Amino acid sequence: MSVNEAAGTRPRNEAVPGAEPIIVVDNVSKSFGPLQVLHGVSLTIERGTMVAIVGRSGSGKSTLLRCMNALDETNGGTIKVCGNAVAMSDRASVKRLRTDVGMVFQSYNLFPHLTVLRNITLALTVVQKKARVEAEKIARDVLALVGLADKAESYPEQLSGGQAQRVAIARSLALSPKVLLFDEVTSALDPELTGEVLKVMEDLARQGMTMVLVTHEMAFARRLADIVVFMHQGKVWEAGPPAEIFADPKTPELRQFLSSGL
Amino acid sequence: MISYTFDFSFLLTTWPAFMRGAWQTILLAGSSIAFGFVLALVCAIIRSGKSKLAAGLVGAYVEVIRNTPLLVQIFIVYFGLPSLGLRLSAETAAVIALVINTGAYGSEIIRAGIDSIAKGQIEAAECLGLNKLQIYWHIVLIPAVERVYPALSSQFVLLMLSSSITSQISAQELTAEANMIQSETFRSFEVYLIVAAVYLALSVLFRVVLWAIGEVAFVRRRKLRT
Repeated sequence: MSVNEAAGTRPRNEAVPGAEPIIVVDNVSKSFGPLQVLHGVSLTIERGTMVAIVGRSGSGKSTLLRCMNALDETNGGTIKVCGNAVAMSDRASVKRLRTDVGMVFQSYNLFPHLTVLRNITLALTVVQKKARVEAEKIARDVLALVGLADKAESYPEQLSGGQAQRVAIARSLALSPKVLLFDEVTSALDPELTGEVLKVMEDLARQGMTMVLVTHEMAFARRLADIVVFMHQGKVWEAGPPAEIFADPKTPELRQFLSSGL
Repeated sequence: MISYTFDFSFLLTTWPAFMRGAWQTILLAGSSIAFGFVLALVCAIIRSGKSKLAAGLVGAYVEVIRNTPLLVQIFIVYFGLPSLGLRLSAETAAVIALVINTGAYGSEIIRAGIDSIAKGQIEAAECLGLNKLQIYWHIVLIPAVERVYPALSSQFVLLMLSSSITSQISAQELTAEANMIQSETFRSFEVYLIVAAVYLALSVLFRVVLWAIGEVAFVRRRKLRT
């Protein structure tokens, strides 16, 4: 697939001078019982950029993403999204977060009992209280955006993995989030299907969508990310533009990670 | 060799009683199914809910009902409750006992459906901004019931068939009618053969109706034939 092979890079999005970063992670720690998975992670994500978080399994990258979206509670430090502090216990803050952030999962998590169209309109009608007609128009627009206009009436089980993931992306897009989080969204797909999902993500990046992705797609991260974050043992080990990260790793851990052929 | 001559001639005069009995069974079982489903749903929700105390109480109810005979439960409601000053007609007592019974079995079936909903489904709904109640209704309960609907339907047909033992407290229904006809005609074999045939027809009827309800309620089931 050309997405993986193409060597060119997209023009970098310039961070708007003076604009507030969209996500600020400050000294965040997270433990599951006795196991500490995040050790004082700090990270700033600028509006309109694509940030790829890479690292080995267990390095804490998915947990970090889940903490950003209040799916996991942090044990220390703060996370601010669009200027608002994320706190799972604060209902108003979570509600605000849900309107600002969309998330796409490795396992798609489409609702199996609903059509593709209803998967997308559910939140539009139930949460945003939009009229059915308006919601369906939005849903068809985002479906067209991910190239699945003809699948509106299908059920999730009738889709291929790649199609299901594109629907999941469309479902998030329909709510016009300010930032999209992608949690290993291509890890369950074979290479051919991976390509069609990455293509959709590339289009979004080109349109200036702020995206944070946890990924194993190194070629994709290298070509499209503005910032690559290498996580190791629950810490941000190295971060920087892909050119630096890939060409000139500073730490032996990153060097080893890159050479492990992932 | 014993020879037996079948004689169905009593049907000429008694068929309205059979029809009446069948209709009474439909009413008895139908209302028990409707209320029993609601009770089962409520119990399943409580049992998979956060309150350990409430879940424990419901769990105790379910186990007691599932491990005692239906007939005894019916006797307790019909003969026992009057001691507390609650005098019920045989039909009301029958419905109450059947509702309590099917509520217990049904709640276990629905609970299995609720447990089968993957955590990722709920997280995805959370990320879309649905609140707890909306998630519970749209993402948990509806697909859970859809998933276990065939098992639930079988349970309801079983309930209809079990309603025959409410004849023991002389509730007005098919078996009770048959007992009467049998005592008047002394054609036991024929009477109960006919009753069996009527129950068979009722089972088919209930299955068809429950299937039709499923077709209307669960669109995916209809469209994908799953």
